Amino acid sequence: MENQILQIIYLIGSITFIIGLKRLSHPDTARRGNLIAAFGMTIAIAGTIFLYRTENGEAFSNTNIILIFVALLIGTILGVLGAKKVKMTAMPQMVSLFNGMGGACAAIISVIEYQHHFAAGAYGYMATVLAGLLIGSISFSGSMIAFGKLNGNINDKTIPGQSVINLILMAALIGTGAYLTTLPVPNMVLLGVLTAGCLIYGIFFVMPIGGADMPVVISLLNSFTGVAAAFGGFIYNNQVMLTGGILVGSAGTILTILMCKAMNRSLLNVIVGSFGGGGTSTAGIGNSTLGTIKEISVSDAAVLLSYSKKVMIVPGYGLAVAQAQHACHELETLLEEKGVEVKYAIHPVAGRMPGHMNVLLAEADVPYPKLLEMEDANNEFNSTDAVIVIGANDVVNPAAKKNPQSPIYGMPILEVEYAQNVIVMKRGMAAGYAGIENELFYEPKTRMLFGDAKATLQKLISEVKAN
Amino acid sequence: MEQLLTFIYSNMGMIYILILSVFLGIEVISHVPSVLHTPLMSGANAIHGVVIIGAIIVMGQAEPDNYLALILGFLAVILGTLNVVGGFVVTDRMLELFKKKKK
Repeated sequence: MENQILQIIYLIGSITFIIGLKRLSHPDTARRGNLIAAFGMTIAIAGTIFLYRTENGEAFSNTNIILIFVALLIGTILGVLGAKKVKMTAMPQMVSLFNGMGGACAAIISVIEYQHHFAAGAYGYMATVLAGLLIGSISFSGSMIAFGKLNGNINDKTIPGQSVINLILMAALIGTGAYLTTLPVPNMVLLGVLTAGCLIYGIFFVMPIGGADMPVVISLLNSFTGVAAAFGGFIYNNQVMLTGGILVGSAGTILTILMCKAMNRSLLNVIVGSFGGGGTSTAGIGNSTLGTIKEISVSDAAVLLSYSKKVMIVPGYGLAVAQAQHACHELETLLEEKGVEVKYAIHPVAGRMPGHMNVLLAEADVPYPKLLEMEDANNEFNSTDAVIVIGANDVVNPAAKKNPQSPIYGMPILEVEYAQNVIVMKRGMAAGYAGIENELFYEPKTRMLFGDAKATLQKLISEVKAN
Repeated sequence: MEQLLTFIYSNMGMIYILILSVFLGIEVISHVPSVLHTPLMSGANAIHGVVIIGAIIVMGQAEPDNYLALILGFLAVILGTLNVVGGFVVTDRMLELFKKKKK
């Protein structure tokens, strides 16, 4: 009886996941979709705790139920605190962190299952358990590295021949896993070695991938964890784990590919070709050939903007770091009051995540129609008097169009150089996240405005007011 | 070989679900606008937290003297909860901002 009810709850849970994902892909229904999926998850968890019956038809012991609730409580408090306290700029690494937790959870389940329900000769079952361990632990350590990279704690590092080493390590891990399934008795030491190997592989996998590609990697690791959860579904013959896991696995893979498309790169290129690490690729653009950069004073910039007909703002990660979205919106309204048409040009991968800028500007109440997607923005630069680039770099780098040697060659960019004037707000002359020079800064029509985005914007606002 | 066939045969239902879910996942999100990439990734991230069900089953069945299962299971439930709760709350926070802008 309990089991039958539980199965129905799992069915409802699976349906809410599907509806949730479907709704999450439309702006109007997204929030509701998230809540629907959360509801399904809640009933599935509660149902499992109270209605699950073991093979002998027994319910969980009271002690264990209490322990489960303590763990749930700890996780909920930490999770809510983490998710509520995180700044909008740090959202991407938070997603990566939570993803890693899921991966670790899947890996731990596999370890316990291996020790507890070891079944010699049941190759299929043992392989499923070990596959969950393999993918879960890779997803965990990979996510932690991605988290560290986005947080700025870890730099890109490439060992020569990294991709070859990775391939060999992967083969060794699969070989060890296959050997483990054939053993007549559990071998916890070898299982430990396998786990350690997987953790190292996860590190090696993410380490050489450049920061600009991190969103793609997180999305990929996200689908990995989905697959690990699905293996869990196989282990327990549990449909809600299977559907939930596989849905995320396949949707995550498609999402990863869509993100790659937004950057005009292939997934293989992202994984194998590391971004901005090579000396050869950047050697072609020496400083000497680029000319000189020209600065602009805040008051001159204010005049230029106040007397423009049309101004386009190109936000980037610098805006997010400086938390300058409100100041940015204030400048926009101020200019609009003066009769200047102001719009935002949003590159699909501006910031550290696709949609990062939209989220940030929405927080500052920037009206939705003011945000132009890349194609629309590129059609309008010709008729734009002034472009303000705020803390963006790689997404406006003309090298992506002109220089086949450049690591970002082929990525579609915002063609700000077609506007009459370009003002670039930047903290200093450091290269962007991809680690390459930007010719745009040396263009005759470009003027640099150095300083923290928020402070500079505030100065600019008071100057525009005085005008 | 026979082992493999038996495994596939006895899990036929699950394999059907698996294959249909793969296509469903692709179909469901294939027309997502790039603005929603991040929230969708985050929402999907929360959904794969369903792995917590496995952690609960492990934890619930652990015998009082099996400390490895108890300790690891306890840890797994915490990690799984973090994934689920954190994932859904972060996604909701992101989408909250979207909603404001639509009005």
